[in-house]
Amino acid sequence: MTYVITGSCIKDDACIDACPVDCIHPKPGAPDFETAEQLYIDPAVCIDCDACVEACPVDAIFADFEIPEKHEYVLDVNADFFAELSTAERTAA
Amino acid sequence: MPGARPRVAIVGAGPAGAYAAASLLRAHGDVEIDLFERLPTPWGLLRGGVAPDHQEIKRLQDTFDRETLASGCRFLGNVDIGVDVSHAELMRHYTAVIYATGAQTDKSLEIEGEELPGSWAATEFVAWYNGHPDYRGLEFDFSSPRAVVVGNGNVAADVTRMLTLSPRELERTDVADHALEALRESRIEEVVVLGRRGPAQVAFTSAELRELGHLDGVGIQVDAAEAELDPVSRQWLADEGTFTARRNVALLEEFAARSPQTSSGRRIVLRFLRSPVRIRGNHRVQAIDVRRNEIVRSDDGRLRPRPVDGDLETTECGLVLRSVGYQAVPLPDVPFEERRFVLPNEQGRVLTPEGEPLPGVYAVGWIKRGPTGILGTNKRDAEETVSCLVEDLRAGALPEPSDSGREKIDALLGRRKPDLVTVEGWRAIDAQELEHGRSEKRPRVKLASREELLAEAGSQTPRGPR
Repeated sequence: MTYVITGSCIKDDACIDACPVDCIHPKPGAPDFETAEQLYIDPAVCIDCDACVEACPVDAIFADFEIPEKHEYVLDVNADFFAELSTAERTAA
Repeated sequence: MPGARPRVAIVGAGPAGAYAAASLLRAHGDVEIDLFERLPTPWGLLRGGVAPDHQEIKRLQDTFDRETLASGCRFLGNVDIGVDVSHAELMRHYTAVIYATGAQTDKSLEIEGEELPGSWAATEFVAWYNGHPDYRGLEFDFSSPRAVVVGNGNVAADVTRMLTLSPRELERTDVADHALEALRESRIEEVVVLGRRGPAQVAFTSAELRELGHLDGVGIQVDAAEAELDPVSRQWLADEGTFTARRNVALLEEFAARSPQTSSGRRIVLRFLRSPVRIRGNHRVQAIDVRRNEIVRSDDGRLRPRPVDGDLETTECGLVLRSVGYQAVPLPDVPFEERRFVLPNEQGRVLTPEGEPLPGVYAVGWIKRGPTGILGTNKRDAEETVSCLVEDLRAGALPEPSDSGREKIDALLGRRKPDLVTVEGWRAIDAQELEHGRSEKRPRVKLASREELLAEAGSQTPRGPR
């Protein structure tokens, strides 16, 4: 499983500070941070510890099997985000 | 010695002020913070801006409360700095003053007919439906079948939802009672949203745009020709488009491909490359004239709309809400940058007209950077301002004020503001609103007039702050 951030995200970076494996992107200072409308959890790195869930001030983070129906689409958005990120990193490398 | 602790006044208890207070307590715990607020209630646009159907975001107030008011920061509500207490007086009582006053007015369209009854700033509608006490008396007319929203940002999305949600859904929110009653009688069938640029340039977040296409019983209509990108925008999207811009374009293509709505429910019509040129009506809004634009790349590389010659379209409507940006207003006796509508500042240190730091004066939030970013943007912004303040404190750059000590400002406020609202007053308001909400199975029922708020706060009887 993984945790997923939904569209209620306000980009308060409390989750980034809480994450023990540094898997939430983009980070403050990253080129795409300012234009990002929300933050995303990398499912390949997430260790399912729920520290970010506790830290989120607007309860925007859910386990992937517990996402409310109206937010289910974020799984695809999340996958697209990391697919693009890895393409961009490969291109930059 | 009591004067040894630095005392900081934060003017404005909205998200920027709250994040600044929390950040300052984290960075320099040994400090006294007074959070001044013009309204009897804290949290600014979190209470009075964020749309009532986005209750999850309003939970941020619990974090604000825990990190500020419940952590020793005082709330001094119903005090208008610049009117009740001057900037000079604040400077005499505090080691430092942080302005977090936001952007309180809206940008105008500067077109003929904008002043007609029925033409409003979206921010007025927002303040009205969110129970801002200064806007309670506004009378919106929802009797015509069509409303037009000008703008393509998240405020435009919010007001569009509020005009199309069913009363049943509104009842589940903390929308102000007077707004609920008026919207219940609404005869609006269609909301037309005008964007001056194209699908690739909308300022909606993709989450808010998607939401417009997934409202219960509300159709969405996008003309396929308007959803199609022009060559300039297509190139821009491929070369430098953001993740959000690509998602928005895909969402709009999806909306355009939907089969026309057959049910009788309300509908949202998103128009692109359309600018209003005139609002028409005999004594009140009856129609809006709209011009077509094309996207061109200007010399600075930005994509801009350019008017296309041709006939104007006329859209009949009874309500026009303009949502083309917030704008700050100058504060008495504090420098103001007239062109950018912010306090002139460097990383939050307010500057004199000569460009020198004005000792002890700081800015945070929209009054510092302009009305951009989302709630969390204010957290980093506040950390920047607070780190300057703490650096100045540690460098000894902030002399002790002449009237230092809490009891002196309290005596001043006791004389000038017998109806001051302290944290106890706010807690009484909060508890009453939540309790009323519970009895009606709603998240909260707001007290929406200043009189009710002050009465609940118990501050109609003179008493000093604690």
